[in-house]
Amino acid sequence: MAWQWFHRLGSPRWFYEKTTPWLPWLAVISAALIITGIVWGLAFAPADYKQGNSYRIIYIHVPAAFLALAGYYIMAISGAVGLIWKMKLPYMVMKSAAPIGAILTFISLVTGSIWGKPTWGTWWEWDARITSMLILFFLYLGMIALQQAFQHRDTADKASAVLALVGMVNIPIIYKSVDWWNTLHQPATIKFTSKSSIDPSMLYPLLVMVIGFYVFYALVLLLNTRIEVLRRENRTQWVNDLVANPK
Amino acid sequence: MDKPVTPARSSGIPLPSLSGGFLASLRRDLLIAARHKAELTNPLVFFLIAVTLIPLGVSPEKSTLVLLAPGIVWVMALLATLLSLDGLFRSDFEDGSLEQMLISPQSLYFTVMAKILVHWLVSGLPVTLMAPLLGLMLHLPTEGFIPLLCSLALGTASMSLIGAVGAALTVSLRKGGLLLSLIVMPLYIPVLIFGASAVQTAILGGAIGMQLAVLGAFMALAVVLAPIATLGALKISSDG
Repeated sequence: MAWQWFHRLGSPRWFYEKTTPWLPWLAVISAALIITGIVWGLAFAPADYKQGNSYRIIYIHVPAAFLALAGYYIMAISGAVGLIWKMKLPYMVMKSAAPIGAILTFISLVTGSIWGKPTWGTWWEWDARITSMLILFFLYLGMIALQQAFQHRDTADKASAVLALVGMVNIPIIYKSVDWWNTLHQPATIKFTSKSSIDPSMLYPLLVMVIGFYVFYALVLLLNTRIEVLRRENRTQWVNDLVANPK
Repeated sequence: MDKPVTPARSSGIPLPSLSGGFLASLRRDLLIAARHKAELTNPLVFFLIAVTLIPLGVSPEKSTLVLLAPGIVWVMALLATLLSLDGLFRSDFEDGSLEQMLISPQSLYFTVMAKILVHWLVSGLPVTLMAPLLGLMLHLPTEGFIPLLCSLALGTASMSLIGAVGAALTVSLRKGGLLLSLIVMPLYIPVLIFGASAVQTAILGGAIGMQLAVLGAFMALAVVLAPIATLGALKISSDG
């Protein structure tokens, strides 16, 4: 009985119907969290003593970077689940996660660049974390390109899953890169085991934004996966019924 | 009574041993490479011409080239290896011998390892040996030659191994060459960073034990894991 939910995930239709009522909740929660975080962070958090108000882009930069890394893991784990259990749905999730992750990586690079201009004096630097985030961006682009290249859907899915797993080696390197190389990007300030080195008045809105981004990511991933489900199952009866009578 | 029992097929012919299978595969690929000797020089000529482009396009000044030399040689060696990867599995895929390999009772791990070893012997190793000559053309300081050889030897081996995964993923695509470069280059970047850093640190007089150790670690990881990933990718490409 306990594994039934897992095997039900093999049915795209069950997934589609189960997640339909989740969407409004996810939308409301993510909107609430993000708006709260943005207003708190932009208006109410204190100005930094060194950077003044320009640090406030952290409220977009850090959540985007977190999600870019987490999104790669989600993509790789879905690919692994698809390869191991030979299910259709994980491959659809993996395919949907690739462009979302690429955009989030791009956002983190661009916001980091905007942040760097007033604080470091440069739009770009080849330091460890920036470079490895750029490599993450390339990995996402490679995933998207590989998916488009194959003629058979199954081959494309399996090949992309293998590529995602091979690229997973890069993620710990990105995460630890700021600890190993003391170049320009600051080391980790949010710690789980000891006191964070960022002031609580700035930390709490940041955490709200991070959670809000996670919920938003879940929403966008579900939306994209549902579209992928409809696209791939477009010859089945239930999809044709759905298109004929949208509820 | 004391004769060792070898596992036999139903036809009574014994299976080859692991080393027998590996050596047979190695011999076959070396023979194929020897029959296409002209192809051996392709990576080397590319390496030479590509390195020549930098002084012509950037600056022939010795002061500039001295700074850029380690990086240029390493990047061009990387590109030469990358370009030679497309042919790793392609000819076997096209005439069907890849499928025969995949359904054979041989341990495929060693078959794939033999192919990658031959690929390194005909592309990575010659590129490594030619690198000091090109370093000379770029005014690479003499302290850099031995580190260049060591780092490239380790690096090209890792690159052949990692690149084999990409080659296996794209072997069934008609225009897989560019896509292969796209998916493999991000995986090469850590190797490039440490390899070039080894040469640059040596030129500045520092010790390069750390960089060589990391390069060795990359290669160790690749030797163990890359053939497994390559094998999975070959099965996917052959079925699809």
